[in-house]
Amino acid sequence: MQPLADQLIRSWIHADPGAWPYTQAVYLLFMLIAGALLTTFTAVFSGIVSWYERRLAGRMQSRIGPNRVGPAGFLVWVADALKLISKEDTIPGDSDHALFRAGPYFVVTGLVLTFVALPFGDRLIAADMNLGLFYILSVTALVVVGLIMSAWSSNSKWSLVGGIRSAAQVVSYEIPAGLAIMVPVLLAGSLSTQGIIRAQGGPAGGSFFLAGGWPWNWFVFDDPMAFVSFFVFLTAALAEGNRTPFDLPEAESELVSGYNTEYSGMRFSFFFLTEWANLWVMSALATLLFLGGWQIPGVAPEVIGHSAALVFVSFLVFVVKTVALVNVVIWLRWTLPRIRVDQMMVLCWKYLVPIEMAAVLLTALWMLGFAHLVPAAQSAIHGVFFLAAGAVPLVLFLRQTFANLRLTSDRVDLTNW
Amino acid sequence: MLAVSQLGSWLPIALLFLVAAGLALALASVSALVGPRRARGVHDESFECGSEAIGSARERFGVKFYVVALLFIVFDVEGVFLYPWAVLFRELAWPGLAAMGFFVATLAIGLVYVWKKGALDWEH
Amino acid sequence: MEELVIQKIGPVSDEEMVLNMGPQHPSTHGVIRFVVKADGEIMKVAVPVVGYLHRAIEKIGEIVTYPQFMPYTDRADYLAAMFANEGWALAVEKLLGLEVPPRAQYLRAISCELNRIASHLISVGTMGQDIGALTPFVHALREREKINDLIEELCGARLTYNYHRIGGVAFDAPEGWIDEARRFVDRFEKVLDEYDRLLTWNEIYVKRLAGIGIIPAEMAVDYGLVGPNLRGSGVDWDLRRDAPYGAYRDFRFDVPLGKGWVGKKGDCFDRYYVRMLEMRESCKILRQAFEKIPAGDFLAPKVPKRIKPPAGEAWSRIESARGEMGYYVVADGATEKAWRVRIRTGSFTAMGIVEPLSRGMMIADLVALIASLDVVAPEIDR
Repeated sequence: MQPLADQLIRSWIHADPGAWPYTQAVYLLFMLIAGALLTTFTAVFSGIVSWYERRLAGRMQSRIGPNRVGPAGFLVWVADALKLISKEDTIPGDSDHALFRAGPYFVVTGLVLTFVALPFGDRLIAADMNLGLFYILSVTALVVVGLIMSAWSSNSKWSLVGGIRSAAQVVSYEIPAGLAIMVPVLLAGSLSTQGIIRAQGGPAGGSFFLAGGWPWNWFVFDDPMAFVSFFVFLTAALAEGNRTPFDLPEAESELVSGYNTEYSGMRFSFFFLTEWANLWVMSALATLLFLGGWQIPGVAPEVIGHSAALVFVSFLVFVVKTVALVNVVIWLRWTLPRIRVDQMMVLCWKYLVPIEMAAVLLTALWMLGFAHLVPAAQSAIHGVFFLAAGAVPLVLFLRQTFANLRLTSDRVDLTNW
Repeated sequence: MLAVSQLGSWLPIALLFLVAAGLALALASVSALVGPRRARGVHDESFECGSEAIGSARERFGVKFYVVALLFIVFDVEGVFLYPWAVLFRELAWPGLAAMGFFVATLAIGLVYVWKKGALDWEH
Repeated sequence: MEELVIQKIGPVSDEEMVLNMGPQHPSTHGVIRFVVKADGEIMKVAVPVVGYLHRAIEKIGEIVTYPQFMPYTDRADYLAAMFANEGWALAVEKLLGLEVPPRAQYLRAISCELNRIASHLISVGTMGQDIGALTPFVHALREREKINDLIEELCGARLTYNYHRIGGVAFDAPEGWIDEARRFVDRFEKVLDEYDRLLTWNEIYVKRLAGIGIIPAEMAVDYGLVGPNLRGSGVDWDLRRDAPYGAYRDFRFDVPLGKGWVGKKGDCFDRYYVRMLEMRESCKILRQAFEKIPAGDFLAPKVPKRIKPPAGEAWSRIESARGEMGYYVVADGATEKAWRVRIRTGSFTAMGIVEPLSRGMMIADLVALIASLDVVAPEIDR
């Protein structure tokens, strides 16, 4: 963010940011604005996603979804927020009042804090820390603390079971998630979120089809281990976000509502704000780690910073990729059943963790084995791998989808939104 | 005067923390002002599916979950060592791979051990 | 009642906790209560507590006249009211020695098989929902709506049909209705394939149900399970084939049995999949019925205005969506009211098997077990 401020000072005030007396004040102002923007973004995004998810779910379920407030029901999240604010904040008599009140704050702040290190485009990041990923992993732990606090303090057995489940699940899946993140970190040689995205910009000075954010430059198609790691990361991220098929902590049909059973009104809505905002966090992380982040296809990463228009395009690219992943996560939620708690543990410890341990070492081996190859050969390998792992499966998937539609004598209908 | 830029990337975190916690607190306060208060009697009881609760929720809980917590601590702390290694891997090259291969192998043996001990299976 | 429950639960150790699952719980399909003793996620025992939806339907049967009781039978099983209607009609017809015209018998079979599909749709849909898959439920209900539309055209009601009458049915099928129903069956068989793709063979779904809640054949017989629950355990028994009533003598169809498709014979998946296959068989029966339905009266012309059967007793048994349903009626010969009415339902006996099966299960499995037994609260309590 400081480079952005520096640039603005240079271009608007025509002063040298190093010598100009008010530079520090401008930095502080920028940070405050960024903080307010990020918090607002979290709240508004989760609100809009709540509407969007309900509309999409309605679409998947042959029904309409919210359609009363505003055009296509768009304002339903505002109505929901207003309703929740005006509700009673029930606190059970036997609960631990202080913890019960504090729990949701931990959950919300833990999540919002991750946005500091999440990029939105080239230069569009609140703080480009060199430990960015590490920081994100650390602050998300705050969410678990909040969940356990809320669950235990509720003094309800359903909350307790939900909270314990949630804790077991989130801490278990930190391990494969952390190890899966290691693969892009290895490939990029950096823990900074922007650094990892920059490393997915293709070989320096490459031609149009080699430079920038083409799919064959993405880490996901870099090598088989990265491809596997992408799906392991996505799975682990689903589990850490308590999304179906890992929604055991709030499994409605088993635990009523899990850890948030006793909550109502605004405090209840904090959990949902977190859940939906977490959709962005996990999708943005997967995008920046494996899907090339904000890299624009055909544009070398060094060029983007020089033009405001290109920065905006990079922002659009990042948002489009992230929203596409959000769609996938929503699609999974409304398709898959829920796994059982022992299956959840087995999947994590007996499959994902060993797979990722091997993937990290094999990636290192791969890097050493191919480090001496010329860039062109590497690009060729990426291209082949992109075809084998990306393009062909996609075509097969689409074919199967249309075959299924024909079998049901159904058709694609994009009307009636 | 301490320059803001010297605080590097940590000041935004502190500021964002204040803004986020402030917003949450403000929303909850508005809710407390606007929302009704009807707390009394049954209304205050914890949810137990409409039946009277048998026993309390403040009880000892299955030891299974604590095993998971211990496992997490072991593997997460070990996993942390991988981060600096991963960042510097290009310089470390083959010796680095050998060292980390040994380290991860040790971890894997640990995993095999808890696996064989049955700590990963739910049914006893 | 509470003392009995506590006695059943037995001593509770330090690490165990006792949970009330129900009566207000999302997966109890009405108001049923289970008192669960659990050590963490593993259940020691789950004790079913019934009676939260008891409405004394049998007693009502003794204070209203025979035809007046027909609408009440709807409430005995609101998801499969046609069967409850038919059972009552058959029992009273037996008392009266009344012959039902062939067209009425066919209309009864058609309405019942449509209702069986509707009821099984709810069952497989809620099964998915209880396992956590929310979409198949709505897809199942979408098709059920179409059946509701059909039945509404037939009798004007969508849930509590009150369609069958002593001596026949209330209305003849409207013009063009048979074709419309045939079109529905054509479409529905494709939709069943879609359910299989969407839900049945989903890896997670199979893993959640395979080998869970295994009921061996002898145990199923011992506990008096009926219908799909019994057949899921591999017991070959279907009243429509083995003790045919009404028009069922004319139809050829298979009786699907649990085979242990993915786990062991008699597990939750078998009970689920038997229902899926039964819907296909119902489609077969419907097709044959549409072909063969004769012309004629839909209500026996000789039904007396005031039904006063001679003194005696009658027992009717039908294959309802939830298995064998029986009505026992005793007439005193003097009044227009039954002296005693007793309804035997599948859900009540199914509840009895929950306790022995629940030992050592996980909480999530209990939900799957209840869903696979397809119990309906009013049928348990009546």
